[in-house]
Amino acid sequence: MPGPRQLGPRPKLKKGIFGRLIKTIFGYYPVHLIVVAVCLLISAVSSISMSVFMQRLIDDCIMPGLTEGWEAVAAKVLGTIAVLAGIYGIGVLCSFIYTRIMAIVCQGTLKRFRDSMFDKMQTLPIKYFDTHAHGDIMSTYTNDADAVRQIIGQSMPSLFSSVISIFGLAVVMLSYSLWLFLLVMVALFIIGKAGAHFGGKSGKYMVGRQKSLAKEEGFIEEMMTGLKVVKVFTHEQEAKDDFDKLNEQLFDDSMLADKNGNVLGPITNNVGNIFYVVLAVFGSVLYSLGAVNVCLRGVEPLSLGMVVTFLGMFRHLSQMVGQISQQITMVMMGLAGASRIFDLIDEMPEEDNGYCELVNVKRGENGELIETTEKTNLWAWKHPHKEAGTVTYTELKGEIELENVDFGYVPEKLVLEDVSLHAKAGEKFAFVGATGAGKTTITNLINRFYDIPDGKIRFDGININKIKKPDLRRSLGLVLQDVNLFTGTVMENIRYGRLDATDEECIEAAKLANADDFITRLPEGYNTMLTGNGASLSQGQRQLLSIARAAVANTPAMILDEATSSIDTRTEALVQNGMDRLMEGRTVFVIAHRLSTVRNAKSIIVLDHGHIIERGNHDDLIAQKGVYYRLYTGAFEMD
Amino acid sequence: MVKILMKSIREYKVPSIVTPLFMCGEVSMETMMPFIMAKLIDELEKNNLKLVLSYGGILIFIAFLSLFFGTMAAKTAATASCGFAKNLRHDLFHKVMDFSFSDVDLFSPSSLVTRLTTDVSNLQNAYAMIIRMAVRVPLMFLFSIIMGCVINWKLTLIFVAIVPLLGGAILLIITNAHKIFKRIFKKYDALNNSVQENVSAIRVVKGFVREDYEMSKFHDRSADVRDDFIRAEKLIALFSPVMMFFMNVGMLLICYFGAKLIITGTGNAFYVGKVFSTGELSSLTNYGVQILSALMMLGFAFIMITMASEAGNRVVEVLKYEPTLTGEPNGLTVVPDGRIQFKNVSFKYSDSAARNSLEKINLNIESGKTIGIIGGTGSSKTTLIQLISRLYDATEGEVLVGGHNVKAYDLKSLRDQVAVVLQKNILFAGTIKENMRWGNKEATDEEIVEACKAACADEFVSNFPDGYDTYIEQGGTNVSGGQKQRLCIARALLKKPKILILDDSTSAVDTRTDAMIRNSFKKAIPGTTKIIIAQRVSSVEDADEIIVLDGGKIVERGTSKELIAQKGIYAEIYETQTKGKEE
Repeated sequence: MPGPRQLGPRPKLKKGIFGRLIKTIFGYYPVHLIVVAVCLLISAVSSISMSVFMQRLIDDCIMPGLTEGWEAVAAKVLGTIAVLAGIYGIGVLCSFIYTRIMAIVCQGTLKRFRDSMFDKMQTLPIKYFDTHAHGDIMSTYTNDADAVRQIIGQSMPSLFSSVISIFGLAVVMLSYSLWLFLLVMVALFIIGKAGAHFGGKSGKYMVGRQKSLAKEEGFIEEMMTGLKVVKVFTHEQEAKDDFDKLNEQLFDDSMLADKNGNVLGPITNNVGNIFYVVLAVFGSVLYSLGAVNVCLRGVEPLSLGMVVTFLGMFRHLSQMVGQISQQITMVMMGLAGASRIFDLIDEMPEEDNGYCELVNVKRGENGELIETTEKTNLWAWKHPHKEAGTVTYTELKGEIELENVDFGYVPEKLVLEDVSLHAKAGEKFAFVGATGAGKTTITNLINRFYDIPDGKIRFDGININKIKKPDLRRSLGLVLQDVNLFTGTVMENIRYGRLDATDEECIEAAKLANADDFITRLPEGYNTMLTGNGASLSQGQRQLLSIARAAVANTPAMILDEATSSIDTRTEALVQNGMDRLMEGRTVFVIAHRLSTVRNAKSIIVLDHGHIIERGNHDDLIAQKGVYYRLYTGAFEMD
Repeated sequence: MVKILMKSIREYKVPSIVTPLFMCGEVSMETMMPFIMAKLIDELEKNNLKLVLSYGGILIFIAFLSLFFGTMAAKTAATASCGFAKNLRHDLFHKVMDFSFSDVDLFSPSSLVTRLTTDVSNLQNAYAMIIRMAVRVPLMFLFSIIMGCVINWKLTLIFVAIVPLLGGAILLIITNAHKIFKRIFKKYDALNNSVQENVSAIRVVKGFVREDYEMSKFHDRSADVRDDFIRAEKLIALFSPVMMFFMNVGMLLICYFGAKLIITGTGNAFYVGKVFSTGELSSLTNYGVQILSALMMLGFAFIMITMASEAGNRVVEVLKYEPTLTGEPNGLTVVPDGRIQFKNVSFKYSDSAARNSLEKINLNIESGKTIGIIGGTGSSKTTLIQLISRLYDATEGEVLVGGHNVKAYDLKSLRDQVAVVLQKNILFAGTIKENMRWGNKEATDEEIVEACKAACADEFVSNFPDGYDTYIEQGGTNVSGGQKQRLCIARALLKKPKILILDDSTSAVDTRTDAMIRNSFKKAIPGTTKIIIAQRVSSVEDADEIIVLDGGKIVERGTSKELIAQKGIYAEIYETQTKGKEE
């Protein structure tokens, strides 16, 4: 109802997302990650050591072997290779360990993200769902979670081991020659510049692409859910044209993002190749000139073998840099996804400062209420008084009182003004009025889907802001105009009202709602699976189920918001009997357009633009000959 | 499947073909490089600066060529894959737009959304990979083996021997992983489905305080998905250690035999008398790495393709589907008048349905009349009227509009002149004006106001701060149920239809407004045939004829008075609804 939808452009990447992501994962799996880090370290070192061993093989075995013959060095060759095999073995083992652990860490983290998102979602105020497109919320669970999976499962380990390798290689390189190393730094600088240029461009277009993608997917979702309306209005061509425009935009953006991302690989590789030559030439020139070679160990002469090994290491290094550059776009996308996930997790939950609880009680000897853990059918509000340090128990009856309630979904526009009413336990109140008069709003306030300032609404004499929301809602049955059913059997859907209800109780409730008749005619009766919000049932049948669901809940107070609008009046007349029994002894708030449904209410409240303009029972209001009278007779006289 | 998908390449054939060609170029350059690097190293060791320089020059030349081919391939690949995805989305969307109601029922909107979004993205990724890798990987494999053989075929044989071993291992992993993946996708869909359900049913969840229940249900499902994913990923995770293992074994063998070769100077098989050098040893190890990593890339590609093939199947299912209901290409474009006839019409929703939803309906409605339809829950009222604008086709018998069979009309013309206000109607994101123009693109502001007045919507619309420019949220969540229904009626009125059908379209509107709407119809569209489905007797009481449906059959028909006199179902409904009114 209120406010504009907060879709618009996807939020820009906030700072600190990467740090938070790492911290969160580390918080979940500290031991796992330490093991992974150690394994990555070892396997990176083992792959670096290869180039060193190659040199030893050449210098210590092959060179002397050339003069001394194979037999003399055979043992040494085997020894060197055995050491190498050992190192390789450890490397493979580490890689085996860390990839397996990462599978656990990655999927485990995702599960926790999904769970925390879902848990948070359940605690969010209704307003959140009013102001966010459902497709947008959904994409956090799908697209964004997927992007995070990539970053955790692939990019992070790859980045980590690349960075370690680069540092390791850098140290080894330094131990060979400072001059050559400086040249390597130049190469890295150029690659980095190119990477930043194209990566940045790609990142920029990536944001545009995600935006276009979200837009197009939103459009698809809307058109698919409204496909039947599109057909009825023969709006197919317009929809196609609009779609093609969005599709073209997405194509442009994604192509630019991909182009800039794709060229990173060839650029880094070939800058590496070019510098390979430069290094080779520079190295041999240095050697020929006999230049002073500075390295970690001090000043040492440069040998050609050193240059060769150095070149091998450089190749390895440029491969690592290439690996990093290929991860950049994925990292960008993953971080964008993580940021949206965190946004959902950080969302402010529905506020609940209530402290009154609903507890089972039994009657003491003097009729006083005593809290008990037994399952009695007697409930009471446990109301602790902080200042006095006492606890009082008030029996749950279902009395509801509104006092001068003002409310607007947006502050500027009041939907309810100065509404007061008092429904004693067991009374049936009906709300009548034009569409948009504020009928549903009143019920939304009673179960605190929306909050109003203190003290205006009392339940059993207790300010509802002091009652814990779950306990308040537990004592209010709810049947809404828009029926929502869940994937599951018919029985499970009815049991939703009270999870510990037996099959018999559910069937009983279905009979009460007159739903038993059509349910038993379904292919598998109560075990028929419902999917897609009960798509296989008619509107009226779904409403009957929703009534049965509320009947099972067995609450002292009930809200029926257009509960029977899609049920034909004949069936309704049949339901009526059950409904009467259902409402018996409960405080009931009924909203209905059909005045026949509200006639027998204790009090009928006529609302107009958020004001109560008439109230009283049917006979009173008819006698008043006011709006209700006109409404009631109007159906006949207007034509 | 592939053939159908390939139809969406169209104008992107050139980049799709050129990309692999560029890739060929890049791969040839890449595989040449270690060979020349080996030469360079050998010369370097001999401190032959001149030759080092010339080999270096060749290398740089090759590097530039490779850079050229690489960047070109990168660009054409982006164009090809994004273009393919664009066309695929286009084809899907246009196809779905031509679906009939029963086709939509068959696929369900939510599954169509998945096919158009996630599935296409998966296919796009797979396509990008295929055109870049399909040529590159086998070529790299082949070239590396050839170059390796040129250097030393005996040593290269070591790698060639390893290839089937590694290939077998990869195959084993993939087939096992594929099985799990197939299962996962189903579970994953179910998981997302439950999120969606909770988002739209949040009021019910909160109303019944089922947050904890839903959470624990979700946690179980997500744990299930996690466990399967871990199982699959652990298998995939074997890839890299297995690969490393074989690569290392290969390296060690080459080092050993290579060293032996160099020392014993047995020489090279191709160039007899030429001695195997250390430079060649190092370049041979490079080729070894390339051979095996090509194999591994092939493995990854396989995984991606098997994953995408699921998506491909689902997409092709839509592309291949023949819409069950198509208009006559050169059909009638004008509905002469608002006459409606049903001749012996029977209907069932699917061939497998046990009983007909409509049974032998015969009806004759004259132009300009108002017809009321009333009947119990599930009595096929909606089904009946959906046949008039040919949202479904009659299973038996024929439906005539304006004296012609509905099948003789051009579909768009028929539906433009037979306006239906659906029971489950929706507004689209956009301003009220934009929504109204769905009825008539060219409608002037005055016409829109006019239509809204006729539907009793003008009153509340002009009360909105932004009036007709008020932005309607997706699904129309920011207007009340009754307001939404009135806007939907106004939208239909803008079509100036010959026949107007209201399917329980005023259920959330109060009786007074309901009566006002019907009154204004009389003035605004006297010549239009009006069919009103309603629950309220008052909505149909003044109709020229009332049809009472029960179990898919017409059981009563006549004016309100006649039907009351019949003392049948209608009389009973009338009784319950008006009871006590005269008191």
